[in-house]
Amino acid sequence: MQQIFNFIFKNSHRLLFLLLLLISLVLTIQSHSFHRSKIISSANFLSGGVYERINGFSEYLNLQTQNEILVNENARLKSQLFNIKDSTLVPSLDSIKGVDKVNLIVSKVIHNSYNVYENYITIKGGEIAGIKPDMGVINSLGIIGIVDYTSPKYATVVSILNRKSQINAKIKKTNHFGSLIWDGKSTGFVQLIDVPRLAAIRKGDTIVTGGQSVIFPENINIGTIDKIYIDDQTNYYTLNVKLFNDMTNLGHVYIIKSKDRDEIINLENKQKK
Amino acid sequence: MNSAVIMGFVRFFLLLAAQLIIFNNINLFGYINPFPYILFVILFPVNGNKQLLIISSFLLGITMDLFSNSGGVHTTACLILAYARPSIFKFSFGVSYEYQTIKINDSLTSERFSFLLVSVVIHHFTLFILEVFQLSFLWDILLRTIIGTLFTLLICILLIYIFKPSKR
Repeated sequence: MQQIFNFIFKNSHRLLFLLLLLISLVLTIQSHSFHRSKIISSANFLSGGVYERINGFSEYLNLQTQNEILVNENARLKSQLFNIKDSTLVPSLDSIKGVDKVNLIVSKVIHNSYNVYENYITIKGGEIAGIKPDMGVINSLGIIGIVDYTSPKYATVVSILNRKSQINAKIKKTNHFGSLIWDGKSTGFVQLIDVPRLAAIRKGDTIVTGGQSVIFPENINIGTIDKIYIDDQTNYYTLNVKLFNDMTNLGHVYIIKSKDRDEIINLENKQKK
Repeated sequence: MNSAVIMGFVRFFLLLAAQLIIFNNINLFGYINPFPYILFVILFPVNGNKQLLIISSFLLGITMDLFSNSGGVHTTACLILAYARPSIFKFSFGVSYEYQTIKINDSLTSERFSFLLVSVVIHHFTLFILEVFQLSFLWDILLRTIIGTLFTLLICILLIYIFKPSKR
């Protein structure tokens, strides 16, 4: 018995090291699996609060570009408004009751990472603002990511620059679907895989969201085709997509709150049982 | 003794704050950031309490992970660096390092430089292996380790020179 105690006392720093190493390795492996641990996420009051403070200063440096983006968006929306040819084709009303299908929540990026393979964005606004996990995040130029975890005041977003992100997308012209992934090489490009060889595609075609999930509505811009490859193993097309968004400079964002979301999720859960 | 503890606390928080506010936003070539926060582990007193070093490295790493959404990557790298520290001392300063009065934060000699270099390489290599987590990206891990090490080393030496305690 005494020898056991002696051993523990002699090697206490080694045992402590092994214990803590085990904890940290578990956290590491969990972070690479699909369901991340909830504890180590920047959507908490400490890191959220600190990032909000830091962003409060650095925001001023980007005011000019952010204003230009807003003015451009306003101009685009105004031109759409003035150039409506047929007033019966206005798509904002979706049913007889005249309810909008999609609501937008305005939010702001307070921390953005793009230098590792699994990038996350922290945004201001959480459960209190009505943000829930698995909601889509966009800005005026295109999609940004999907909400991962929320706290009362902050939320983390899986950026499209994340190897784990997989988003349903399609080619606007031909309506062929594929999955949008990121290979981790450049912050300006993502990849659209599993596009059928039947699709007639050309460099410069626009890629938009597919609308096969409740996360993003259909036809939100993503980017344009930059290069076309044929995957040797699957014989499908792999497209290099140039993003409309500059993912290294994000300001205000919109979170998509689909009215049908809860209903569809409930239905799908029932189906699984 | 007491002043050393306070000094340690101050260093812990100052290095973390500098890392989070300044060094995490550098993004050289788009993806290289220096990690001078590990100076806390490197500058820990040579004959200080081993348990305290391991626990404080754990706290240091987990705070970094909390802010960068990276699970336990920084924690593991810091722990391994803290555990390997006596061996690195032996490698750089010779076997009887415990009986010498070594000070790391002093003017740069070849021994101090080799100690810094080995420490930074060990930390960065573990960090990037765990962060990428796929052996097919081995070249990318090595490239990130090499550029990151040079960058961190440069910042660390500059910081040591800036905050060097004045000679009497």
